[in-house]
Amino acid sequence: MHELPATKGILDVALEAAARAGSPPILAIDIVVGELTSIVDDSVQFYFDMLSRDTLAAGARLRFRREPALGRCDECRHAFEVRPPLTRSCPGCGALGLSVTGGQEFYVESIEVADEGARGNGDPEGERPGSD
Amino acid sequence: MKVPVVTEILKANDQVATENRELFRGAGVGVVNVMASPGAGKTSLILGTLARLSDGIEPAVIEGDIASSIDADRIAEEGVPVVQINTGGNCHLDAPMVRAAMSHLDLTEVNLLFIENVGNLICPSNYRLGEDLKLVIGSVPEGHDKPFKYPGIFAGADVVVLNKDDLADVFEFDHAEYERGIRMVNPDVEIFRTSCRTGAGLDSWTAWLEKRLAALGTGVGAA
Repeated sequence: MHELPATKGILDVALEAAARAGSPPILAIDIVVGELTSIVDDSVQFYFDMLSRDTLAAGARLRFRREPALGRCDECRHAFEVRPPLTRSCPGCGALGLSVTGGQEFYVESIEVADEGARGNGDPEGERPGSD
Repeated sequence: MKVPVVTEILKANDQVATENRELFRGAGVGVVNVMASPGAGKTSLILGTLARLSDGIEPAVIEGDIASSIDADRIAEEGVPVVQINTGGNCHLDAPMVRAAMSHLDLTEVNLLFIENVGNLICPSNYRLGEDLKLVIGSVPEGHDKPFKYPGIFAGADVVVLNKDDLADVFEFDHAEYERGIRMVNPDVEIFRTSCRTGAGLDSWTAWLEKRLAALGTGVGAA
């Protein structure tokens, strides 16, 4: 269950970034996850909702962009996206010699914060249930 | 409004890991992070290595386990300083845990430290501890498909030891397939085959380890 400490890391990075931007509420966090890191999106959102209570990031949506690793055939130089389990042979020519790089990303790319006019009402998207 | 960030999520751990490494370097200690699935032979390989170290190498071990001190007791029986970390259910060691354990070791008396991680092929690979070398131990009964299923941990390894190699025939283990899977994500990594039961391969692995740690400028081999 390494999603819990990883989620704590996401929250800390996002809160630091928000503090630098004048502490607006955080609406969403864009996270880049390499396919070889074995991070499970749903678990992270679950932990995040617990950990972010009573912070600027309460209710924020986590948006994951999964980055595949890149495979390349040593024979025909065919390049292709790779996700575990690794393919055993080149999808192009069937050769066995393959190189796989990347897929190890794990970082916060950006945060989406409330615009200045919307700050402080706790309902920046105007979609509060039952408010109409 | 979008605010660009681009910050590593595990940077807090990485910072402590970097500090750990500086502390280890300052004390002249070479550090090996030992990672493998449960039962691959982490403790057995550490014990087999300890028995073969050259004179002048003063080892210590940090044992990470979810609970219990079974492994630490085995190390302590050999008269080697050992610190137990119980992670309380956490699936990996992190750099702050290692920092806390360091305070229980007299680093001036040590020049080689093995950190035995929690048995797991997934989580430990993401957490630097302050090590000089990442050792991944595989074992024959796990099957030769493991590098294809858990590429992340093999991609980050500095050295891979395939243990229980005396059982290769029984399990119809395909070494070429196994090594091909590893080299797909880590083309130049050193790969050894050992059996902690028979002792096969342990001499050459230990000799390589000492040479490599000396080349990295750790305290090993400096005396």
